[in-house]
This record gives sequence, structure tokens and C-alpha cells, in this order.
Amino acid sequence: MIAWEAAFRIFGWGWKFPSALQTAQAFLDGVTTGKLLGAILASLGRILFSFALAVVLGTLLGFLFARFRWVDDTFGFLVVALQTVPSIAWLPFAIIWFGLNDVAVVFITTIGATWTMTLAARTGVLNLPPLYSRAAGMLGTGTGVRLFLQVVLPGSFPHLMTGVRVAWAFAWRALTAGELLSRGLGLGQTLQDSRDIGDTAMILCVVLVIAVIGTVMDHLLFQSLENRVLVRYGLSPERKRSLV
Amino acid sequence: MAQIAVDRVSKSFSQNRRKPFLALENLDLEVEKGTFVSLVGPSGCGKSTLLNLMAGFDRPDSGSVLIDGQEVGGPGPDRVVVFQEPALFPWLTLVDNVAFGLKQRGVQRSHRVALAQEQLQAVHLGRFADRFPHELSGGMKQRAAIARALVISPEILLMDEPFAALDEQTKFVLQKDLEELWLKSGRTVVFVTHNIREALLLSDRVVVMGTLPGRIKRDLVVAAPRPRRATDPDLVGLEEIIMEDLAEELEKVLKQELDFEYHLAESRLPPSAGDSLGSGI
Repeated sequence: MIAWEAAFRIFGWGWKFPSALQTAQAFLDGVTTGKLLGAILASLGRILFSFALAVVLGTLLGFLFARFRWVDDTFGFLVVALQTVPSIAWLPFAIIWFGLNDVAVVFITTIGATWTMTLAARTGVLNLPPLYSRAAGMLGTGTGVRLFLQVVLPGSFPHLMTGVRVAWAFAWRALTAGELLSRGLGLGQTLQDSRDIGDTAMILCVVLVIAVIGTVMDHLLFQSLENRVLVRYGLSPERKRSLV
Repeated sequence: MAQIAVDRVSKSFSQNRRKPFLALENLDLEVEKGTFVSLVGPSGCGKSTLLNLMAGFDRPDSGSVLIDGQEVGGPGPDRVVVFQEPALFPWLTLVDNVAFGLKQRGVQRSHRVALAQEQLQAVHLGRFADRFPHELSGGMKQRAAIARALVISPEILLMDEPFAALDEQTKFVLQKDLEELWLKSGRTVVFVTHNIREALLLSDRVVVMGTLPGRIKRDLVVAAPRPRRATDPDLVGLEEIIMEDLAEELEKVLKQELDFEYHLAESRLPPSAGDSLGSGI
């Protein structure tokens, strides 16, 4: 921080890159005026909605792929192909279909996260030991809903958790990109507005906010959740070592 | 009528581009209610295949498998299998694992937990009800798998080399406990093993299977009184007979395997390869 501030003063970056103090000031101003807070809440609202949608949609699709061979054969490669398309590439379509509004942003954010989730869910099911379904069958689950809810879903949970984490990162990316080009209230829009008026302190401030929220969510929520799942399933390396 | 009736069953498995492997050919077997029957034989004799047919995991190509006169249509809680691996669900505690089959029957939670707990006590795992499978040793997991099978009171218990992955001491204790549980419950047990001594210690009847194709080679009644000792002269005599049978089968398998390997090595080049080598220069 000190080095940053010192470099700013020595090299005279001027307005092109803000100093640490300026950034902190921008953050404080943003919070006190409620502008930044509003933007954060708006963005969080969008991402949580899209993310939840993507996780549910992706999981269902993934299970469909794993369950029906012909679906996998016909559409499997499509998902892989879609996953390689940056979701922002869909924005022109989204704008044509929905207009330059929240729906368009939510649409591309959801698309950005869904395919990863689909692949994770598919892998999760395909990696289930065949012995599980045999054991379930002989214990009377049948081959329908009960098998799915009581064995397939919990059995693929470790893979699903990994998928959720990656999907979250993808969703953040897509969201920011979408918001940059969109109007209204949000972190991406704040970035764009700040660029228009040359407020580099605010730009950096938003970048940091995005990084912090992303990391905090990943660390506090997903990672600890994933670790708990792994420990419970006996997949965590530390836990195994401690038993010996 | 016998409880399990296997009637002229054949089953083959397709192999990549080779001719299908005939795992069982025209096999007949009847198992009376309440008996403990072991299937022994070299690997590839189809003993696990036969068990899977009884369990309903596989269908025969021809012939029929009848349980109490009913054709086996699929796996079901009247014929529970204990696999070589415990196959417990890692996301459930032991008591929930054991109660899983009861849950499928719609037994109330409090009731099924009580029953599962009771069954865990019967296999000496009462203290570990709240543990997850990965926290237990191999032998404990296998006990839990047995408890999970017994708690739903299946008519028939099918065991596919259940102790093969365990160390000798654990195996010994589990054999004793299984015998005790079986004597108490009087259920039919079909027990697949490649361990002759294990088969003789536990069974009323040992079915020796031969290979290429899989079929029944010998059917022996073990009349020695229980509890049995491995040194019982009756058992020692039977062991020798079975050993001889298996030695014959093993020789056959080896011959076939070596022949086969030789064949493979020869066919690595296409038949015309010798002629065409260098012909393009």
C-alpha cells in the first residue's frame, strides 16, 4: 500500500492510475453517498438470481445427459462447444431479444455459468460407482425418482460442488462484462460511468470490490461447503491422514 | 420345490471383436430353503455371473432362474447381495445406511432407526451408528453391509466373495459371526468364494464349478457338525477332492490363456504383412 502510494507520487501517474488514498477516498464516498452500495446490491441481486438459475438448469441438463445416452450422443458435443464461447458473445442476441436491460444481463450471466454446471453434473453421475445403483436396486429404490433423489443426487454431490464453484467464477465474469455494456445500476455500469468521467479511483475501487466479493463468496461459502462435503464423503486428504 | 431353481441357464458376454465369452452353459442348480451353499471355482468359471443372475442384475441368454417358482425379473429386497466391496453410501451414517432398505419400504423414521440400531448391535457395530463409512476399517464396513442386508429380512442372502478383500484375522472373525447369524436366522445363503477352506467351514453344500464353459463340476454335501474346525478329517478329505478338481480346471485355463497369448502375438501383423514389407520401395 505504501509502495503503491509512493510510486504514485514519485512517478507522477496523474489521473491515469489512482493512488491508494484516492481509491480509499472513492470507496468511502461511494459508500456514504450510497452509490457504490446500491451498485453492489443491484449486481449481487442479478448474479444470485442468474447463478441459482444456472445451477438448477445446469444440474438438470447434466443429469439428463448422464441418464440418456442418446441425449449425450446428440447434444453432448454442443455443450462443450457452447462452454468455449465466452458468454458475452451472446449479448448482441440478448439485446435483440430482450433489449438493453436487466433481462439481457441475467441471460448472459446464466448462460455463462450453466454449461460448466452441466458438465460437472454429468461427470458426477457418470463417475458414480455402478455398485451404488446395484445396491440401491436390491434395497428397493426402483429405477425412478427415489433412486435419483436418494442415490444419484447425493452421490454426485462432490462433483456438483466443484461445478458450483467454477460456475460462480464464470457468472461473475459474465455479469461484469454484461453490465459494462448495459444501462441502469450495477458494478459494471459504475465502471463504465466512471470511465466516461475519467474517475480512475472509482474504477479501481469497483475492480477491488468485485475481486473481494468473488473471493469472499468462494472462500467462505463454497470452499468451506465443498470441504465439508469432501470430509463427510471421506474424500478429504487431511482427514484420511489423521486416521492413520 | 427348491427355493432357488436355476434351469438350463446359459449366459455369454460379448468381447470386443472376439467371439463371445461363454460364462455359463446349460447350468442346472437347485438350492433348498435354509441351506448355506457355497459356489467355488477358478476365476472365469461364472460363479459371480450365476450370483448376479440370481440377484437379478443380469438376465440369462437362455434358461430360467426361478425363486419360489417366480422368474427373477430384477433386483429386489427378497434377495439381498453382500458384495466384495461394502458398497455403503458414503454420504449416510452407518445407521442410515442400514436403514436405507427399510426407508424404501416406507417404515417410519423412528422405527427404522431402532431396527437398524438393533441390527448394528447384532454385528457388533452398535457404538459406531453415527459414524460415516470412511471412518471405519474394511472389516467393519463389511459388517455394516451385512447388517444392511439382514435388516430387511431377505428370504435369500447372496454373498459375492464378501471377505476376499479382508485380512486373515478379520476374515476369520467375520466367518464365525456370519455362521452364528445364519444359524440364528435360518435364511438361505448362496456364498461365492474362491477360498475352499472358507466354503467348507461355512457351508452345508459346496458346488464346485468348472470353466470353459462355466458349468457345475461337482456338488458336495458337507455334513461335518458345527462349530467346525479346519482340521476336521471330513473337511480335510473334501478339501483334497476339491483341490484336485480345481487343479484340473486351472490347468485348462492356463493352457487356454497361453495359447491365446501366443495367438495374439502372432496376429499383431496382418497376414499379408510379410509379403508387402519393402514392396513399396
